[in-house]
Amino acid sequence: MSENDERHAENPEPGAGQSSAERAEGGLEPTSAEPARPAEPVVAGRQRKGMFGVSGTGDTSGYGGLRLPAYSVPPAERPYGGWFDEFADEFYAALADNGIPAESVQQVTVDRGEITFYVDRDHLVAICRTLRDDAGLRFELCSSVSGVDYGVDVPQRLHSVYHLTSMTYRRRIRLEVTLDCDNPDDPPHVPSIVEVYPTADWQEREAYDMFGIVYDGHPALTRILMPDDWDGFPQRKDYPLGGIPVEYKGAEIPPPDTRRSYS
Amino acid sequence: MTSSDRLADATTGTDTTAEGSDTRYAEHRETTEGRVYTVSGGDWDDVLSDASHDERMVINMGPQHPSTHGVLRLVLEMEGETVTQLRSVIGYLHTGIEKNCEYRTWTQGVTFVTRMDYLAPLSNEMGYCLAVEKLLDIEVPKRAQLLRILLLELNRIGSHLVYIATGGMELGATTAMTLGFREREEVLHLLEHLTGLRMNHAFIRPGGLAQDMPEDFHEAVTSFCKVMDERLPLYDKLFTGQPIWRNRLKGVGYLPVDACLALGVTGPVLRSAGLPWDLRKVEPYSSYEEFEFDIPTSTDADCWARYLIRVEEMHQSLKIVRQVLKRLEPGPVMVEDKKVAWPAQLSVSSDGMGNSLEHVRKIMGQSMESLIHHFKLVTEGFHVPPGQVYAPVESPRGELGFHLVSDGGTRPLRVHVREPSFVNLQSMPAMSEGGLVADVIAAVASIDPVMGGVDR
Repeated sequence: MSENDERHAENPEPGAGQSSAERAEGGLEPTSAEPARPAEPVVAGRQRKGMFGVSGTGDTSGYGGLRLPAYSVPPAERPYGGWFDEFADEFYAALADNGIPAESVQQVTVDRGEITFYVDRDHLVAICRTLRDDAGLRFELCSSVSGVDYGVDVPQRLHSVYHLTSMTYRRRIRLEVTLDCDNPDDPPHVPSIVEVYPTADWQEREAYDMFGIVYDGHPALTRILMPDDWDGFPQRKDYPLGGIPVEYKGAEIPPPDTRRSYS
Repeated sequence: MTSSDRLADATTGTDTTAEGSDTRYAEHRETTEGRVYTVSGGDWDDVLSDASHDERMVINMGPQHPSTHGVLRLVLEMEGETVTQLRSVIGYLHTGIEKNCEYRTWTQGVTFVTRMDYLAPLSNEMGYCLAVEKLLDIEVPKRAQLLRILLLELNRIGSHLVYIATGGMELGATTAMTLGFREREEVLHLLEHLTGLRMNHAFIRPGGLAQDMPEDFHEAVTSFCKVMDERLPLYDKLFTGQPIWRNRLKGVGYLPVDACLALGVTGPVLRSAGLPWDLRKVEPYSSYEEFEFDIPTSTDADCWARYLIRVEEMHQSLKIVRQVLKRLEPGPVMVEDKKVAWPAQLSVSSDGMGNSLEHVRKIMGQSMESLIHHFKLVTEGFHVPPGQVYAPVESPRGELGFHLVSDGGTRPLRVHVREPSFVNLQSMPAMSEGGLVADVIAAVASIDPVMGGVDR
């Protein structure tokens, strides 16, 4: 199914194919508290080939032709289970109260007892403020902000991940923003949440330092762990580990990332 | 005094010296339109500095300074002895542990993370292993859970003892240092007996523990508890009533609960502000819910409260250790799943540690598959289903969270650590700006940051 058809299936025109006139079950009931389906699935992994992650003569397993597709995060269906449904209702109601469109939540994933909201970066700060201030949500603590790089050829490879904690209701959720970074001259931009959660200050600086994610509106976005004049972003997947061959007692030891790997 | 020294006086006409009175008025000449003064100024900066008597100083404290708790650099802007601005500079101990973990198997990651917060290595291992186990969706056996708690609490005692030792030393109480390190030596000695190493144990592994406890561990832990029972009250005697200690800490480094939450501060600092937020109670992991212990809190929100809380937490930890000893039952300390658990049958051999000879004989002589399996598991590691988790634990310094991402391989795609020291250190300006420079030291000590954890 092409992308166009998919969209068509989402928003069928009255009387056209796939519309309610043709479908047996209901499917066009108003779904107020439902996130919009993503235009593309969130890819969270790279395609793998062979057994040892190397090409050429390194792979002696005979499985060089083996190809594994990239993992993409499955969107969750209602009911999510546990406190997630109650929370999601509250969350979407609060979004509506604050004039934030429900489409700003692009996808919801429930995995291993944790709920993840993939959100639109334009509304990130407003969503965070709603989560912090709404009496039914009360996410007082931003536990962690981290960057994740899913690999060079993955679409939307950089993710900015926020872990929020509600001390009042003892809940944890995760917000995630996916970012493109194809063009090195045009770094990925995300609005900074420092104005809502001051604790994100250093954590956003760390994510900038390691992944080159530019947090717009951050009071002082500079490198924090690496030296100020460092080139490149060390935790990106295309940045080599060490990258310098080390000589030990006359023998050259190749950098770890060029050794044979098993995944 | 020349007129240039007192330029401000000269220009305002207030210079009353003989020389100055001559230059009271600027040069002038008479013209047809009246008297024209030619005013020539000096350097405007001279005028300003003369006028404002600025005593602003910018001082770098650290990164090599005995009172900064490690390689932490504090840039202080001071007005006399008062700190007007403080900025922390970190990164001097950055070792790239998060990146390194991506190039090692899931089990090998333990060896890396244990080196981050080197005063609480077992908390690091625990958080990492809980995250991996959540990714794998496995639960470790009961005995392993309880032994983990035992080790964690012993580690907490050791960590808080170092807080008293180094914090005391930084404030000039060298007796605190000698005492704290003496007691910590007891903890390290016991941990060495139980796990094989004093620090950086890599003993808690995904799926359980590296091995079971030694035969006499019950007696060893009991006698340790007895020793600590005698010695912990010593701290109350020596410090709690001591006026110098009290005066240096009371009302210093104030951080109320709203500031704590805004800055993400957790651990003893948050509890000193009155919020009884301890993950062992509010989000129990590893069977903590079965134990009876209290969360000491205070509403003073100062360094003194944090000191008292840490001392009390040591007593509470000792209480948990005793309960663990009572509850322990024999059983496995590693999951049954042979796809995760290393098949090692460790026993003490001539080199002090190693696989038991019987096991080696069996896999070498009788079961080729076992040997292959063993080899694969150790070199390649186990596959972890794709996905991401966040697993927090209560380390001695606060919420230690591990955000792990797997792409289905045998190595992590991403290991991110939410380090309590890193986050708590952000509160330094809030705690010390407007106070005296001597109180900065007390404030750093009360956060108790470990730079190995801050920089990772």
